[in-house]
Amino acid sequence: MQHGEPTFQLKNRTLRWVERRLPIFGLIHSSFVAYPTPRNLNYWWTFGGILSFMLVVQIVTGIVLAMHFTPTVDGAFNSVEHIMRDVNYGWLLRYIHANGGSMFFLAAYIHMARGLYYGSHKEPRELLWILGVVIFLLMMATAFMGYVLPWGQMSFWAATVITNLFSAIPIFGNAITQWLWGGYAVDQPLLQRFYSLHYVLPFAIAFVVVLHVWALHVVGQNNPDGIDVKTDKDTVAFTPYASMKDSFALVCFLILTAWFVFYAPNYLGHPDNYIPANPLQTPPHIVPEWYFLPYYAILRAIPNKLLGVVVLFGSIAVLFIVPWLDTSKVRSARYRPLYRWFFWLLVVSVIGLGYLGSKPPEGIYVAAARILTIYYFAHFFVVLPLLGFIETPRPLPSSISEAVLKKKGGAPVTAGGVAAPEGRG
Amino acid sequence: MRILPLLAVASVLAGAHAVLAAEEGQPLPPRQAWTFAGPFGKFDRGQLQRGFKVYREVCGACHGMKLVPFRALTEPGGPGFTEAQARTIAGEYRVTDGPNDRGEMFERPARLSDAIPSPDPNEQAARARFDGALPPDLSVIAKARGYEVGFPGFIFDAFKQYQEAGVDYVAAYLTGYENAPAGTTLAEGTFWSKYFPGHGTAMPPPFQAGQVEYTDGTPATPEQYARDISAFLMWAAEPHLEARKRIGLQVMVFLVIFAGLLYLTKKKIWSRANNHA
Amino acid sequence: MTVETTAEPSRRDFLYIATATVGAVGAAAAAWPLINQMNPDASVLALSSAEVDLKPIAVGQIVTVKWRGKPVFIFHRTKRDIDEARAVKLADLIDPQADEARVKKGKDEWLVLVGVCTHLGCIPLGHQGQYDGWFCPCHGSLYDTSGRVRRGPAPLNLEVPPYEFSSDTSVKIG
Repeated sequence: MQHGEPTFQLKNRTLRWVERRLPIFGLIHSSFVAYPTPRNLNYWWTFGGILSFMLVVQIVTGIVLAMHFTPTVDGAFNSVEHIMRDVNYGWLLRYIHANGGSMFFLAAYIHMARGLYYGSHKEPRELLWILGVVIFLLMMATAFMGYVLPWGQMSFWAATVITNLFSAIPIFGNAITQWLWGGYAVDQPLLQRFYSLHYVLPFAIAFVVVLHVWALHVVGQNNPDGIDVKTDKDTVAFTPYASMKDSFALVCFLILTAWFVFYAPNYLGHPDNYIPANPLQTPPHIVPEWYFLPYYAILRAIPNKLLGVVVLFGSIAVLFIVPWLDTSKVRSARYRPLYRWFFWLLVVSVIGLGYLGSKPPEGIYVAAARILTIYYFAHFFVVLPLLGFIETPRPLPSSISEAVLKKKGGAPVTAGGVAAPEGRG
Repeated sequence: MRILPLLAVASVLAGAHAVLAAEEGQPLPPRQAWTFAGPFGKFDRGQLQRGFKVYREVCGACHGMKLVPFRALTEPGGPGFTEAQARTIAGEYRVTDGPNDRGEMFERPARLSDAIPSPDPNEQAARARFDGALPPDLSVIAKARGYEVGFPGFIFDAFKQYQEAGVDYVAAYLTGYENAPAGTTLAEGTFWSKYFPGHGTAMPPPFQAGQVEYTDGTPATPEQYARDISAFLMWAAEPHLEARKRIGLQVMVFLVIFAGLLYLTKKKIWSRANNHA
Repeated sequence: MTVETTAEPSRRDFLYIATATVGAVGAAAAAWPLINQMNPDASVLALSSAEVDLKPIAVGQIVTVKWRGKPVFIFHRTKRDIDEARAVKLADLIDPQADEARVKKGKDEWLVLVGVCTHLGCIPLGHQGQYDGWFCPCHGSLYDTSGRVRRGPAPLNLEVPPYEFSSDTSVKIG
């Protein structure tokens, strides 16, 4: 793994004492300092680090918010306003947590798209991909429950709609829904159990993230050319190369986050959630947060309740088997001219579904949602398997370092190196 | 190239939405120029004080503001009353307290630490007073209202930091009373409002010219009342708006500088990788 | 995640130091709201003072009010109570303090004390014990008519909270 790297030595005696009994410093060194990283990674690879940082931000802001939140139907809304008005910097913590959740999903979607484009889901990274889908599912559950906590109109009615989905299950549906509610409708028991679960699930996410990073480190990073690392000319040490690049990308991402937090903090939310929950009055349009809109559109595109639920869960379940649906021997879309078109078609479809999810389910919107839903599933079940057989990939470079140098227009890499400009960093 | 399918779908959807907004027959409120809008926005203290006067003399008869304590009137970034002034204002209201040593609830003048009391003790009393209609509490109304901006408007709004949809709606609603168009019937006890969803609102037109006396020379017109009360309601909903934007500027400047430094650092570090094998 | 490392510390490059310093400043600035949010919030601070109307308190009466979550005794002393307190020799006291130092000038009849025993925090009972002040039922501490400890195990006199006369007939505590 560490070809030509010096073996890890600690200078400090105390640290050596710890290291001999629990080699944690060596682990950190080999995982995040000396760890060989492909030198051709582009900025789409920085989103893993961004996601880890955002997870910490959400957990930390969530913990301090939990010091002031009251999980009762009478107290929840007012306690959030208490946080916004009276708690020192409470408004800042709340807005970071709410907008941080949105930014977390933005980064996650980009991270997943990167995976699909460059073939990071393909052998030997199938389990890495699956762990990622597990994280995504946990994120969705966490975000959904978190949105219910402020107990606004949208909180309440989104909870009602989504928990009611379970009643579509044959035979056991109603029992399951009542079990979820702890009652006969969304009310105090549901709010409180969502509070408990919303607090604990992020730690489950953190655990799966550890597995995800572990699985990554066992097989090594994919890269934009999709070809395996062959020699250490293909890699650079994670620190300082990748860590500084990640840090730069992270701060740029934080600029976008800060834009929302400080200047448009309610832009991504819905005004109806500033109305206290009223079980006797449904808002004119129930909409989830933007990151759920594509799935909401898929759900409402199907006219049958049970089938709609099945297709909804199916649209996420299909992600688990993507490594086997994609039959191409070539990983990266850089060398797959046909697949590239379909990838962007998928992206446009998902964005389109998101837009349709925000519209009332009538007329042209439903028709469009049905078409896009059909494409969504066709992409995974038809396009991915077929393309592996009918597509002619472009010729792959023989190595990562060759690909890097080709971009800089120079000779093959020699020990003296090419006096090249900044290039692919 | 790859961007073409994206643009194609986008233009189709843009056309589809613009049609629908008109179809629903619900006009969008005009966008006003607010002093607190934009990255350097601040409240106009005089406007907040006038708005509070409008609340006390007009709106407070029916609407509560139970999330706003009297002490908030003295906090920076707000109407800027002194502690003495706010205490006097509070003293003009009575709140229920107790039980006392005899087990009875009693009334006393409000203190700075109390919230502005609602005109009705609970929702049911309010509905009984207004024939089933409930005047909403106004503490966060400026954030609880908005209107849909279609594509591509909502993209531009993100860049423009448009957060004033609520206040624009409130200001338009307060002066948007008209005679019902010929042929429409209004439910009993409602008034025709241009901007209220469905057009029938249970609240009568609240303002008449000269109703609230302005001592600073500002014209005492219904439009001015609507603007002033809307600004006050925005403060009530977001009392820390000025601090948020001020700290936001500091954070953005810091992050841009930090990003620049990190970029230069990253470039310097990577130049080593690109110059050696 | 913001790992500022200098790969070759001997270089001492200004850029690296500048980046690391800016990063550290940012981290500190980000940490402050997380710490400060645990400080008393505005609603707690608003209740940090209590205004008490003294008119209903009869001579010789002790009234207990709540202030910052604790009981506060307000004792409208008789002339005998004051004389008794002033007659005590300071050297005889466990925690020597003159009675004059424990009341406001010109308002000697008003004694304002935090009603928490300085031993382990129980609430003493008024008008009890041989010193005519307070008796703590938990471990037997005795306080006099100035709230000073006369018999332990309490080590200190009952605390006098910060208070002001906002008028002749009302005090603002805290």
